[in-house]
Amino acid sequence: MNRRDLIKAFAAIAPLTVAGRVWAAPATDARSLVVFLRGAYDAANVLVPVSSDFYYNSRPTLGIARPDAGNPNGALPLGPEWGLHPALRDSIFPLWGKREIAFVPFAGTMDDLTRSHFETQDTIELGQSASGARDYRSGFMSRLATELSRAKPIAFTEQLPLMFRGKSQIPNIGLGNVGKPGVDDRQAQLIKDMYAQSNLAASVSEGFRVRDDVYRSISEEMTAANRGAVSPRGFELSARRIGRLMREQFNLGFVDVGGWDTHVNQGAATGYLADRLGELGRALAGFSEEIGPAGWRDTVIVVISEFGRTFRENGDRGTDHGHGSVYWVMGGGINGGRILGEQVKIEQASLFQNRDYPVLTDYRAMFAGLFLRMYGLDAAALQRIFTGVHPAELGLV
Amino acid sequence: MVRIPKNLSRRLYACCAVIASVAGILGAVAAHANEFNARDLALMDRLTWGINASSAEHLRALGTERWLQEQLHPPASVALPDTVTAQIEAMPDVHKLPFDIAVAFEQQAKSANQVADTDQKKAAQQVYQGAMNDRAKQAAARTILHALYAPDQLRERMSWFWFNHFNIHQYKANLRILVGDYEDRAIRPFALGKFRDLLASTMRHPAMLRYLDNADNAAGHINENYAREIMELHTMGVGSGYTQADVEALARILTGVGIDLKSEDPKLKPELQSQLVREGAFEFNPSRHDYGDKTFLGHPIKGRGLAEVDEALDILVHHPATAAHLSRQIATYFVSDNPPESLVQKMALAFKTSDGDIAAVLATMVHAPEFAASLTSGSRFKDPVQYVLSALRLAYDDKTVLNTAPVQNWFNRLGEGLFNHETPDGYALTSASWNGPGQMMVRFEVARQIGSGSSGLFKPDLPNATDQPAFPLIQNALYFNGLRQTLRPTTLTALDKAISPQDWNTLFLSSPEFMR
Repeated sequence: MNRRDLIKAFAAIAPLTVAGRVWAAPATDARSLVVFLRGAYDAANVLVPVSSDFYYNSRPTLGIARPDAGNPNGALPLGPEWGLHPALRDSIFPLWGKREIAFVPFAGTMDDLTRSHFETQDTIELGQSASGARDYRSGFMSRLATELSRAKPIAFTEQLPLMFRGKSQIPNIGLGNVGKPGVDDRQAQLIKDMYAQSNLAASVSEGFRVRDDVYRSISEEMTAANRGAVSPRGFELSARRIGRLMREQFNLGFVDVGGWDTHVNQGAATGYLADRLGELGRALAGFSEEIGPAGWRDTVIVVISEFGRTFRENGDRGTDHGHGSVYWVMGGGINGGRILGEQVKIEQASLFQNRDYPVLTDYRAMFAGLFLRMYGLDAAALQRIFTGVHPAELGLV
Repeated sequence: MVRIPKNLSRRLYACCAVIASVAGILGAVAAHANEFNARDLALMDRLTWGINASSAEHLRALGTERWLQEQLHPPASVALPDTVTAQIEAMPDVHKLPFDIAVAFEQQAKSANQVADTDQKKAAQQVYQGAMNDRAKQAAARTILHALYAPDQLRERMSWFWFNHFNIHQYKANLRILVGDYEDRAIRPFALGKFRDLLASTMRHPAMLRYLDNADNAAGHINENYAREIMELHTMGVGSGYTQADVEALARILTGVGIDLKSEDPKLKPELQSQLVREGAFEFNPSRHDYGDKTFLGHPIKGRGLAEVDEALDILVHHPATAAHLSRQIATYFVSDNPPESLVQKMALAFKTSDGDIAAVLATMVHAPEFAASLTSGSRFKDPVQYVLSALRLAYDDKTVLNTAPVQNWFNRLGEGLFNHETPDGYALTSASWNGPGQMMVRFEVARQIGSGSSGLFKPDLPNATDQPAFPLIQNALYFNGLRQTLRPTTLTALDKAISPQDWNTLFLSSPEFMR
């Protein structure tokens, strides 16, 4: 019996209605954040298949060395088969120890083989079948928000992502350079007065409320920085802000971070990709710090990317567009410290089209399984979010 | 050539903010003698990128119907003001054809990839990417300059509409270097003409063939992407009765329609050579075409090469679903989120009887009572592009901006950047997509930036350039003789509380009335 059959067996024993309630906290307190790594991050150098000689043969200059207490550039041990990129030593590795992070290798889009960033990002965000007519005004997080009674969704992006497009109006706010709003309180009041009797009155007053809350939250952080705290930058700064905002106000979030399309000179234990990973790790750890212990216990972060990269390094010390990726699932209440989903031994014969990781866990099946457990959704609701998808029982939460 | 008369208001622009209140008093005194017709103002605001004093004077001088005819039937080429032309002429590649542009950039990419040292290679690739980004910015600058200053305003509105209808995304492949040509040569010349010509010109443009992957569509390895979107988005509309088999048939008909950047012709069997068609970067390659017979929308199509495509386009353009779908899209853009079905039917009939003449469809729309009713109902909500452009046209009239980067930035912040919608459906035409809480906040911030000063619009993007003095003057003759009368008491009360001309502008541009 392989792992998948085992999980199926457990699922068969536990009725789904009960399984839907195993989440430690009431469903309405659950918070989700989807982090999209745009550009297709090189998953094989983050969750490193350290037991595979084929990996080391395929990546003569990019390979991350096997775990070795004496080698700071070696992978961090996650068990006999896998290791973690050393740039994540102080941020993500401790969460593994606390069983607050799990990895799902061989994850991605089963039905989108275009290897196009553009196509596959759309495919994932829409969460619809990749063949046939698509509805570009219906992203899967928006459909989830519609099914939840107390959803407070927000996209922490300059523009509303496809994932959040849909029937209900979801606010978005970029956090990279939030400054003091230019429209001051006096002007805000006059503007609200102008709209008081219009059909946009609610939109305008809600807008000012969110704007002021976000700014208040961020000015507290600025005050703290002025007291001598190290001031984070870039994505870490945004992620910390998101942590504070999701602690206080929002429970369904989305953020994206780019810069993962490493065709050339991506580096190994150090270098370009290591720097990006370091920042990502600090960002996610920073998020968990800011949302606080209670918030973290109720939160699930899912880190995804449109596809993986070629298993073998290319002639430019980089990697090209591939297929299967590795998704991360994090949170204070998850059943972590494990590598989940169907897996294969990593050797040449198991590569997809003799170049990439295969996809064994479909992104929709994974999200469907998560939402089912986190929110106790019924089958009909789940089908409205992901039509025709059978939820994967990964036992994440 | 259409000329916009200069008028008195122009002198006011030279003045600074301090004088605004004085102008206000003068305007109020003169109100009755010079009052504009409110319906004309609403009509012009609806059909152009925004009303301003000089264009309102022009309409008044011409009369409503003559102005409408001028907008519906402009000459093929209408001169832009010299100050605008000079800016456009200074852009590289503006007169080059896609083939030459693409070949030059391909060459640059190739040399960058051949650099041995990996760091130097990375640097060379960054230079290449930077040059592509510059081309896209220049294309956006051209769009903005046309929109702000072209006298043939309705054609400019329709050019944006049709670009959005036949949307392409600048960040796919090398499209940044082609979006400008796509708009200038494939869209704008046909924006008020026959829809059939527009459909064909987008189909022959390498930007579209790349964007929707028809360049990869060949016999034996069919790519349905373009075929599907032609039916779903460009012509008949989703759910209008075509089947998956029709999509597959159209995809087969379109096999071999693609791009070729090589100077020499592809190697072909002798019997196929006469079938080869090359026009710049466009190529119909018969060795990639599926010569089998097809059935498309019930019509048998004899397999015979590029002529099949013409036949399929004729079938699509004459399909009743196409007339209805396009009419509904146009009415949604100009009239309301849910345009009256009676209006859509009138427009669709005009489409059919005029053999798909866009100007005829628009003429039917603007003369319909449903359209007249919509001018006073206040149900329209400007999308971000129209919002920003209308604010700038009102505030600066024919004083030419010297830098469009702030405008591009405002479009992007408001979520409607030029050439920046990833998916083929284009930006939403309905208000619900643009009036959410977050978006209203950004809109007020943009109102403040536009209202408070020249915002970098008059500082050329050149080293050591100096910022030319300019101020957005909205409280002008047009305001006192027309716009003020359309404001509700709540808005007037708020405006009366303004503490400076900048504050007044910010509030005016934030008002519910200016969002319509």
